[in-house]
Amino acid sequence: MTLHSRKDDCAAASAHQDATLFFDDLHKPLTDLMAVKEADHCLYCYDAPCIKACPTSIDIPTFIHQIRTGNVTGSARTILSENIMGGTCARACPTEVLCEQACVHNLAETKPVEIGLLQRYATDHLMAKGGPHPFQRAVETGRHLAVIGAGPAGLSFAHRAAMLGHRVSVYEARSKPGGLNEYGLAAYKMVNNFAAREVEFLLGIGGIDIMYDQPLGGVLTLNDMRLQHDAVFIGVGLGGVNDLGLEGEDKDGITDAIDFIEQVRQSDDPSRIKLGQHIIVIGGGNTAIDAAVQSKQLGAENVTLVYRRGESQMGATGFEVDLARRNGVKVVLWSKPVAVQGVQAVTALTFERTQLVDGRLTGTGDSYDIACDRVLKAIGQKFDGAGLLALDTSYGKLTVTDDYQTSVTGVFAGGDCIATGEDLTVQAVEDGKQAALFVDSWLQNN
Amino acid sequence: MADLRCSIAGIDSINPFWLASAPPTDKYINVVRAFEAGWAGVVWKTLGEDPPVINVASRYGALYGSNRGVIGFNNIELISDRPLEVNLREIAQIRKEWPDRVIIGSMMAPVDERAWKDLAIRIAGAGVHGIELNLGCPHGMCERDMGSAIGQVPEMIEQTTRWVREAVDIPVFTKLTPNITDILWSAEAAKAGGADAISLINTVNSVISVDLDAMAPNPVVDGKGTHGGYCGAAVKPIALHMVAEIARSPETQGIDISAIGGIENWRDAAEFIALGANALQVCTAAMLYGFRIVDDMIDGLSSYMDSKGYKTIEDFRGLAIRNTVNWNDLNMNFDTKAVIDQEACIECGRCHIACEDAAHQAIKFDVSPEGKRTFTVIDQECVGCNLCAIICPVPNCIEMRPVETDLPYLTWPDHPKNPLGGSQ
Ligand SMILES: Cc1cc2nc3c(=O)[nH]c(=O)nc-3n(C[C@H](O)[C@H](O)[C@H](O)COP(=O)(O)OP(=O)(O)OC[C@H]3O[C@@H](n4cnc5c(N)ncnc54)[C@H](O)[C@@H]3O)c2cc1C
Ligand SMILES: Cc1cc2nc3c(=O)[nH]c(=O)nc-3n(C[C@H](O)[C@H](O)[C@H](O)COP(=O)(O)O)c2cc1C
Ligand code: SF4
Repeated sequence: MTLHSRKDDCAAASAHQDATLFFDDLHKPLTDLMAVKEADHCLYCYDAPCIKACPTSIDIPTFIHQIRTGNVTGSARTILSENIMGGTCARACPTEVLCEQACVHNLAETKPVEIGLLQRYATDHLMAKGGPHPFQRAVETGRHLAVIGAGPAGLSFAHRAAMLGHRVSVYEARSKPGGLNEYGLAAYKMVNNFAAREVEFLLGIGGIDIMYDQPLGGVLTLNDMRLQHDAVFIGVGLGGVNDLGLEGEDKDGITDAIDFIEQVRQSDDPSRIKLGQHIIVIGGGNTAIDAAVQSKQLGAENVTLVYRRGESQMGATGFEVDLARRNGVKVVLWSKPVAVQGVQAVTALTFERTQLVDGRLTGTGDSYDIACDRVLKAIGQKFDGAGLLALDTSYGKLTVTDDYQTSVTGVFAGGDCIATGEDLTVQAVEDGKQAALFVDSWLQNN
Repeated sequence: MADLRCSIAGIDSINPFWLASAPPTDKYINVVRAFEAGWAGVVWKTLGEDPPVINVASRYGALYGSNRGVIGFNNIELISDRPLEVNLREIAQIRKEWPDRVIIGSMMAPVDERAWKDLAIRIAGAGVHGIELNLGCPHGMCERDMGSAIGQVPEMIEQTTRWVREAVDIPVFTKLTPNITDILWSAEAAKAGGADAISLINTVNSVISVDLDAMAPNPVVDGKGTHGGYCGAAVKPIALHMVAEIARSPETQGIDISAIGGIENWRDAAEFIALGANALQVCTAAMLYGFRIVDDMIDGLSSYMDSKGYKTIEDFRGLAIRNTVNWNDLNMNFDTKAVIDQEACIECGRCHIACEDAAHQAIKFDVSPEGKRTFTVIDQECVGCNLCAIICPVPNCIEMRPVETDLPYLTWPDHPKNPLGGSQ
């Protein structure tokens, strides 16, 4: 993973030169030869466990078999028919805890099939080939649906609804589509402006309009949306972030990791980002890992990731923690920040060591400082209910039924913003797809 | 170390591995390289009357298995396209340089006594150990009334064999085509004509694949293709059957056999020997992997023989012949059931779906609440067909276990349910 500019494979990239051009792919794409060899490794299981492990239930043995037979376009269609963001998922899914963990080769103690890389091979092939969109819309139903938020959940909903013949208007608060695909996923997962290219591809189905800079909550109200459309789908993700709750948390140099990642993703020249040399990342999820790894790749001298519990409790997968270590990130466990040092700008954080006592995390009273000139907070995002106050929440997120119905009739929701949200792109895509199917049958009776 | 020396048609060979008449035995440099690699003998690329034939481009096609492994191969090449004189000079030279190795001269000619005899005499004059009649080439040469055009007519097999037998005093091998209805008619004709040994099989007539852009059979020659000769691993079962039939038929048993067809490794070689072959010929495997494959053919065969206590090839040659019988001689009272080793099972489900869709619905599929998938054979439904054991990706995970019974050996002719007789 070196930091250099990539010129290849930019065919469909827009004029926009984004930060991802400076990062190299985390996993190198497969060549034709590697793909066929890897496809041959698949046992073509019956009722395969990997299908069940994929939140979108992609028919994995079939798409791999199609690669083997040379029907790569058909393979991509198999993937995309269940997961229209199969390209992003192939890059961003923690496959080591999803499909690849379920591969029967694990039981045989042979290497699991590289499902993610094969999925990328097939979907990249189809997107590079261009041509007409692989799916067709059903006859226009005359129904008009609103989607709030153009992230994976909203766009997946929009695509499936459009395919079912409905007209869809997407209202997006920001000026670009993609949600965290565009702003949040690590640069080394989404090189060559992939997020934007994928949205363009997805919109090829037709019947979808995106209105940018249209946040729900200001001029747009949920009530108006509901009155003007036959149904509304909410896919606003998690707009807020958690605080450390420390005095001095507003000192210069302390920022949210997500803001930093967004800056990296949106920058024309990430090497010019004012970063600092001694960085502390706080958190144990994949946002923390991504922030730490990208800091290191941008040239920070010391990057220390501090998590308050042990490695096995981390939200990040084992692969991700290793990735951080391989990139030179120092991982410190069982420590929580207790004080911010510095006058105007942060100069150090004070940590207290922690331990589990009767299953509860408690401080040991033992503390120490780590000097720093930058702190990146990655301790979780939270739901921002602006404009959505009419809807019931539980656990701080929107309450929905199994049919993705919120507490207001005709208003549905999915993705990170619902209580069962998983914080995974693939789950957001699945929510959007399933919600569209439910809305479709709901519309037959309403 | 087992002794791999063997003898066929009175010719001694340092091991049973010869290269078959084909591009690897086309000229001096190939043959020398083969001998350096350890091959015991070669059957020189088939020689014809001058002027030499002219070949086309392209010439080969392939059937792929997994990982682009070639499991079948086909060609539309003709016989040697170099002047006879050049070939004979090179043969004579190598005979001098490699006295312990065997060179057989392969030949074909139009159906004319003088033509066959003259050519056989000239080739024998170069010092070959024997002559092999190519009566099998199923493409090109047969359109000139040679090759399989002769090999498909038993009377002509006998006639050409006899002509060569009369013309020379060295061993005569008659090489047969598999493109016939019953190999025994060909083998009996060769024997009647005086052949010292039978070589088989030549290639199987085939269209290897169709180029879907050019809309022509492969290999495509300027937009058109033709049928070719099929060989490689995929034809081994055809060859094994034909060798077995000759080895066990009362009319032909005992005649020396030079077995050819899909031999890629020591195991293939041992199987042919078990069915009675005296020596072996290899073409495709050498073309695909180079002459070095003979190393493991030699080493593997001798390790196998050591492990079984066979000191010489004769110790196990033909041991499988007596167990190769007609279907009517099989024991109808024998039964075997699939047994799945639950420890080794990796839960892929392939056995279940194969048995469910294509066999006897004899493999039950259960999923525990924790998601563990268990596959169990229902003995009453299992007919012992082997399908599950064949498709299971884990070696030895599914065993076919014979059922213990006290029932006597019972053949179909003696079966009470046989409407055409049987002992009631
Ligand atoms: C830094 C980071 C890294 C991650 N890495 C991975 C990873 O590697 N793999 C993985 O599977 N998952 C990863 N995730 C999680 C994944 O990105 C999310 O689960 C997924 O994006 C959720 O999709 P969504 O559509 O629900 O929400 P979002 O992607 O957040 O999209 C919500 C959209 O709604 C818009 N919006 C918000 N409020 C309003 C409003 N009021 N009106 C109109 N529009 C609005 C937003 O602008 C945005 O476009 C990561 C998350 C983060 C934060
Ligand atoms: C187990 C088995 C049984 C077969 N039985 C018959 C049969 O009874 N009649 C027949 O005409 N062909 C029979 N065949 C041949 C097939 O119909 C087919 O011609 C042959 O297998 C080649 O096709 P394939 O290998 O592409 O499947 C049988 C094949 C198999 C594998
Ligand atoms: S041997 Fe044949 S019938 Fe028996 S379980 Fe296996 S596949 Fe089914």
